[in-house]
Amino acid sequence: MATVKYDESTRIYPGNDTPSVDRLNIDIKDGEFLVLVGPSGSGKSTALRMLAGLEEVNGGKIWIGDRDVTNLSPKDRDVAMVFQNYALYPHMSVADNMGFALKIAGVDKGEIRKRVEEAAKILDLEPYLERKPKALSGGQRQRVAMGRAIVRSPQVFLMDEPLSNLDAKLRVQTRTQIASLQRRLGVTTVYVTHDQVEAMTMGDRIAVLKDGILQQVATPREMYDNPANVFVAGFIGSPAMNLVSVPVTDGGVKFGAHTLQVPRESLEGAGKNVIVGVRPEDVEVTGQGEGLEITVDVVEELGADAYVYGTPTDENIKLEGGDDALAKPFIARVDGRRVPMKGDKIWVQPHTDHMHVFNAESGARLSH
Amino acid sequence: MALQITTARPDPALLDLPWSTPLEDWPEEHLAALPRGISRHIVRFVKLSGRVIAVKEIKEDIARREYAMLRNLRRLDQPSVEPFGVVSGRVAADGTPLDACLLTRHLKFSLPYRALFSQGLRPGTETRLIDALAVLLVRLHLTGFWWGDVSLSNTLFRRDAGSFAAWLVDAETGELLPALSDGQRAHDLDIARVNIAGELMDLQAGELLDEAIDPVVISNRIVTRYEELWRELTAMEEFDTGERWRVEERIRRLNSVGFDVDELAISTDIDGTRISIQPKVVDAGHHSRRLLRLTGLDVGEGQARRLLNDLDSYRAASDRQNDDEELVAHDWLTRIYEPLTRRVPRELSGKLEPAELFHEVLEHRWYMAERAQHDIPIEDAIEDYVASILPSKPDEVSVVGVDTVEMPVIAD
Repeated sequence: MATVKYDESTRIYPGNDTPSVDRLNIDIKDGEFLVLVGPSGSGKSTALRMLAGLEEVNGGKIWIGDRDVTNLSPKDRDVAMVFQNYALYPHMSVADNMGFALKIAGVDKGEIRKRVEEAAKILDLEPYLERKPKALSGGQRQRVAMGRAIVRSPQVFLMDEPLSNLDAKLRVQTRTQIASLQRRLGVTTVYVTHDQVEAMTMGDRIAVLKDGILQQVATPREMYDNPANVFVAGFIGSPAMNLVSVPVTDGGVKFGAHTLQVPRESLEGAGKNVIVGVRPEDVEVTGQGEGLEITVDVVEELGADAYVYGTPTDENIKLEGGDDALAKPFIARVDGRRVPMKGDKIWVQPHTDHMHVFNAESGARLSH
Repeated sequence: MALQITTARPDPALLDLPWSTPLEDWPEEHLAALPRGISRHIVRFVKLSGRVIAVKEIKEDIARREYAMLRNLRRLDQPSVEPFGVVSGRVAADGTPLDACLLTRHLKFSLPYRALFSQGLRPGTETRLIDALAVLLVRLHLTGFWWGDVSLSNTLFRRDAGSFAAWLVDAETGELLPALSDGQRAHDLDIARVNIAGELMDLQAGELLDEAIDPVVISNRIVTRYEELWRELTAMEEFDTGERWRVEERIRRLNSVGFDVDELAISTDIDGTRISIQPKVVDAGHHSRRLLRLTGLDVGEGQARRLLNDLDSYRAASDRQNDDEELVAHDWLTRIYEPLTRRVPRELSGKLEPAELFHEVLEHRWYMAERAQHDIPIEDAIEDYVASILPSKPDEVSVVGVDTVEMPVIAD
């Protein structure tokens, strides 16, 4: 068991001007499940590989417990990359499949047996230890592979998109399995994914990266309720938060026909415009002429409620974030019994308790 | 969605394969061999217009990535299987979407390690396989390929004048980088070591490998062999200006391990008393390139070395040291090599590659001469070899999908 510390850790690839990971600072607690998440090119895999000893660290340090591992070789760091090589040997028993790597490392027989039995207990594989892998189901085989990493009892588990080659259904199952297994084992784990849903459902805390720079590190709840900037606001949550650029007025900001109250001190330093963020479930449908007018494009019925996808009728109002090629829709969750029709016009405004305000220039959060 | 086929060599026969059936259930009539063993993905070998093609069922993005990766490796002249295509947009009869398929060509005369072990081995085969894998790994690392899943099962072996040459089969986990860090190389080596030990332990559990052999010792050899070769190919060497012969010597050493030096950095210190040299660009295939230039024969590195030696003996024996090398090589090809390899009856031609056969016949002649206590003409050696030895050899032209407990399964 150990803590992990990224301390101003920096990686610049030869020939590049900008760092792929730029002065990263994260303190990971003993036993914590930390997810590194971000779009491709964000530096999340590089950050993991720096911890594993697979990428050079050009600046700063990396600590595992009280050991400075910055310049140690991968095998001297006592970390295990999980799931990379899922291979089972058909003629060896399940117990041997789980324990053979310990034999290579020179661990004595009794100790190997002990660790294999402990791992088998956690993985619900005890009754199968003497069987051959052929006699196991697909899920059990996968657990044997996990067992290979567990018996090594490393200080830190590292996982780099371990679910990317599984189909959607198996991915959800395995996701839950890994998360519950990690909690039972209590081994500090760093997990990389590009999928924010995976990050939200698995991590004790999430670190969001973009262009090599840490945007925010927080629990899933904190991150959802108080995103530190426009990027995190748009990246975390599905469907995504609506982000609308609106003018600042006296005592607040102008949201369509309404003026939304925003404390003056929050708007200090903001320019003429700010970005207002509101999650689909925090959108209030108001009466005609109140708030922002939206033309309904698509309605997605979910039973108890429905998602409305629309476009601001005023073409000057643009939504931030999303894909450059596609205009981002405004999304509202509405009562399933009062669903508008395609082509209808509705008027919306944020629940002021759950409204986010960001600086239009820097993207930083202004409201609290 | 409609079926989508991406391939560099379009073959209409591809359309006749049962793409709307899950690969696991493909009827036997299409298969070149019966499926065996446990694999991470479902893989089948199929017959297609007289060729054998390996079909692997995986997610489309992974299939496309691996296809592109294999093409890149081929372009970089790395020994890897030839990608044939990707088939996506597959739908079962009941409308369920099916995973994509990655198609690669079967490498002729290649052997999976399990097939080799199931034949009953010459002593030392396991170490020769590891040596071949070490050469492959060094070559891949020099090119910037980070394999991620180095193992005997992700490699195919071809006989190469008594030893083996290794080919990469599975690039799924690989990445091409501008250069590998020491940590990345160490990681690949560590994975290789663990996988090889596991694979050998499995062979022992299946009673295919002598219990006296220690899998851990053999698997450690990948590390030592790799490091020796890596050092030879990349290390900086320093010496006094008076020892300039050491530049030549280094190049000769690199040639002898099968590499050409395309770029060598030479520098001196300020007062010019010390010289340091370091190979910057090396290229595998020193002997096979030379043989190809002289004769047009495209063979393994070890085979090329053997053939070049025979060419040298021919030159000496026919007293033509002063003739143009290309002319002598042409005569050797048409008077010695081709007539000899043509002596193999058609029904025995699937046993060994021609160049490997040539090597075997040279070996055979040596043993015959030793017994007879006098020189044996090569014509006599081939006659005796074809009559007494070749028929008992297994067919190796298309060995695929072998299980440890079975004899090799041969495709027609």
